Amino acid sequence: MTANYFLSLSIWLPILAGVVVLVTGSPKNSGCTTRWIALVGAVLGFAVTVPLYLYFSNDTASMQFVEMAPWIPAFNINYHLGIDGISLWFVLLNSFMTLLVVIAGWVVIEKRLAQYMAAFLIMSGLINGVFAALDAILFYVFFEAMLIPMFLIIGVWGGPRRVYAAIKFFLYTLLGSLLMLAAFIYLYFEAGGSFEIIKFQILPLPLGVQVLIFLAFFMSFAVKVPMWPLHTWLPDAHVEAPTGGSVILAAITLKIGAYGFLRFNLPITPDASHALSGFIIALSLIAVVYIGLVALVQNDMKKLVAYSSIAHMGFVTLGFFMFNPMGVEGGLLQMISHGFISGAMFLCIGVLYDRMHSRQISDYGGVVNTMPTFAAFFMLFAMANAGLPGTSGFIGEFIVILSAIQVNFWYAALAATTLIFGAAYTLWMYKRVVFGAVANPHVAELKDINKRETLFLALLAILVLAMGLYPKPFTDTMHATVQQLIEQTSVPKY
Amino acid sequence: MTFATPNLVPVYPEIFLLMALSAVLMLDLFVSEAKRFLTYACSQLALVVTAALLVVGATGHILTTFGGMFIDDPMARTLKLVAIVAVSFVMAYSRAYNQPRGLFRGEFYVLVMSALLGIMVMISANHFLVLYLGLELLSLSMCALIALQRDSASASEAAMKYFVLAALASGLLLYGLSMLYGATGTLEMPLVANAIVSGAADPAILVFGLVFVVAGLAFKLGVVPFHMWVPDVYEGAPTAVTLFVSTAPKVAAFAFFMRLLVSTLGSMVSDWQSMLVIVAMLSMLVGNVTAIAQTNIKRMLAYSSTISHMGFLLLGILSGSLGGYAAAMFYVVAYVLMSLGAFGLILILSREGFEADQLDDLKGLNKRSPWYAFMMLLMMISMAGIPVSVGFFAKLAVLSTVLDAGMTWLVVYAVMMSLIGAFYYLRVIKLMYMDEPADNSPLIAETDHRVLVGLNGLAILVFGIVPQPLIDLCMVSISQSMR
Repeated sequence: MTANYFLSLSIWLPILAGVVVLVTGSPKNSGCTTRWIALVGAVLGFAVTVPLYLYFSNDTASMQFVEMAPWIPAFNINYHLGIDGISLWFVLLNSFMTLLVVIAGWVVIEKRLAQYMAAFLIMSGLINGVFAALDAILFYVFFEAMLIPMFLIIGVWGGPRRVYAAIKFFLYTLLGSLLMLAAFIYLYFEAGGSFEIIKFQILPLPLGVQVLIFLAFFMSFAVKVPMWPLHTWLPDAHVEAPTGGSVILAAITLKIGAYGFLRFNLPITPDASHALSGFIIALSLIAVVYIGLVALVQNDMKKLVAYSSIAHMGFVTLGFFMFNPMGVEGGLLQMISHGFISGAMFLCIGVLYDRMHSRQISDYGGVVNTMPTFAAFFMLFAMANAGLPGTSGFIGEFIVILSAIQVNFWYAALAATTLIFGAAYTLWMYKRVVFGAVANPHVAELKDINKRETLFLALLAILVLAMGLYPKPFTDTMHATVQQLIEQTSVPKY
Repeated sequence: MTFATPNLVPVYPEIFLLMALSAVLMLDLFVSEAKRFLTYACSQLALVVTAALLVVGATGHILTTFGGMFIDDPMARTLKLVAIVAVSFVMAYSRAYNQPRGLFRGEFYVLVMSALLGIMVMISANHFLVLYLGLELLSLSMCALIALQRDSASASEAAMKYFVLAALASGLLLYGLSMLYGATGTLEMPLVANAIVSGAADPAILVFGLVFVVAGLAFKLGVVPFHMWVPDVYEGAPTAVTLFVSTAPKVAAFAFFMRLLVSTLGSMVSDWQSMLVIVAMLSMLVGNVTAIAQTNIKRMLAYSSTISHMGFLLLGILSGSLGGYAAAMFYVVAYVLMSLGAFGLILILSREGFEADQLDDLKGLNKRSPWYAFMMLLMMISMAGIPVSVGFFAKLAVLSTVLDAGMTWLVVYAVMMSLIGAFYYLRVIKLMYMDEPADNSPLIAETDHRVLVGLNGLAILVFGIVPQPLIDLCMVSISQSMR
């Protein structure tokens, strides 16, 4: 592979587009130019990530599309980018979801449109940076810088309790990431003055130190995932965020936490990961079972999907800490699939919210009578969320359960309850919202989805089905990297 | 009796500044109220020439003159330049603010320049007397500046507080210095250092003196438990003066620490290190926690930016390595940039008969002016130490040297304090972006002011993306100056 700059482009093109949107988006123009510039930026941003998949080599576990330039020589910090089988899909997923968010916010956002579009585009670039960074400080810079646009998105365009939710989101995440920063600085000296993540991964460390570093990383990523009991920011942030914010939050930012476990916890502190795996598995199972039950009693649709996200992410961390290739791949598949499904669920709720300005389940009923096309799409995504075979939701959960049963029957048994709870809370919500007689005059006046809405729902429906029926393209890219990761974690480092 | 003329070349910038400020003082007598701009322009010109003399005369070597009382090294040149740039920004930012408040007078500029002269003398002091001379020049000019608005009761009160406490601190410092003199028999810093290293001095007296010296220094820097004056002075003084007090003198205080603790008492590092650890920890705690409760933005910045950031700065110094000193210097430069920007923006929000000094005055700033709101956002994330801003790299540099010195627990403590700090910086962002404006009067700012704020904000962003030049500058200055 010759030198190329696809990764840099995937980071800086959206950011540049965001800046252009900000500069041109004066209050005087109607917003039409703003929308089109944002759309062009998002399309280009996605277009430059496609070659990443096309030219990706499945045979190697080493980093691909590597770019390396000195950034701050005083601390030996480099602008070092690269992706492997773990990160590839998240760059693509992120750029794709940003495109959908731009389309979804097309006419819905009336307040400060330019700033809204710019925030999403800039955030998209920063998130790509998180997934592509191979230098710890570069990672940290993207990781933290991403918080500010997200903070503003929740706080400016969110619902009534938006400020509370935004500050909670920010402080929770900052708490974790500051501890991670301390761990990075420690590793910097241990690695002989280098912030290279790859060097961190081969560093021999005594178990006691590994445990501390593991916990520092854990604080940072567990908040992001989020794992029980650090999850309380998520329902607040989701409920109050605008639709686009919820989509990016659920589809992408949660994945950053899980990605962090794979990139930092497992390879850098393998022995601590083994030693503390019982702890993580317990938390994951609590997330699956307990949060599943919590989701059952929600009255607010968005809150319900938010809790279901936590339960689904519990599967991801469970798979990772089984320490077998199947578990890790299952977790990764679950992450990608959850990106599509949760994004789709939030977009569906957004479609309803734009018409009714309510997220309460009790305000709806009989939507199928007035919005049949929408009801069909919503049905598909609800089924996928419940893990119906043939949809992408099934694959990841199934593989994780399979890998868990190899380790311990009871892990698998508890995890499998999600198939019941997931179906219960999703389908019960679906039933109350969509089926039955038309509940009130507002529902009777609903108009079915327009072309724009059909477009993004159809795109997601195709992906959910395609991944569910033929996941091979996804797993093929992962094998080599996951294999190497498992080998790395199985060898004691001290 | 012979009298050798000392080598004046290293002192040219100071000599020029002194002459220029005397000239401005004279000139101002003959300038009518309407043409006061001339005074302002001449003052700025004087600063530019002084800066040019500094840059042109830089040798990259360590020179001493006046019989070893005055030292000129790369660190001094860099710090002086930072102080001059800061003062120049102070003058430019405060011009529009001063006019309707009766502060647009020659005295303001002359006093600011004489304070600057004090700062420059302090930075280059190599002798206890010279150090004290510079310190008092700075303190007295600052005291007069604070009281410049003489009808204002709060300003007078602030000036009185500052004067009394500054006198007390000077007393403590002098007492400490006299102990050092008693133990070593000399006032020249290199000779004091040699006497301590040789073991001729009585350690008990030295440590006794050191305690008083550290107390005096801590007062000047405004760190806990000698911080009481900071919030009152910041709140009481006219904002233009607060802007000055919060920036350039901190550069001098940093130099003060370097000259006195590192160069002179460097061999007693284990003694002062533990004192600074306590002072730094208390400052970060008190500064960050108390800032949460403030409703006045000047008081908030006093606690957060000055007290807690100076605590952070001490972390770099107490790590006791060249890298640590360079990190602390980087931190002070970053701090000056942030503080200038934050107070500069508060000045813009103020207008005739209205002081924008409450946090609520920032409400809805994004609606009134997205550009200024974005600039303030940059200042706030930089102060909170969040990337992409110069504040993040300043924190990173300091924290990494502390960890290198083996104090991991202190790093964890410091990052926890940063988390508390993030809360009220976020609150400012929240007020600007998420609340409705309390008044919708348009923001009027002069072109130069607008351009400078833009430059200031962009500097924070640009150095947050490419911090290497600034780090290099500090590294080179420190490594060439510290023996």
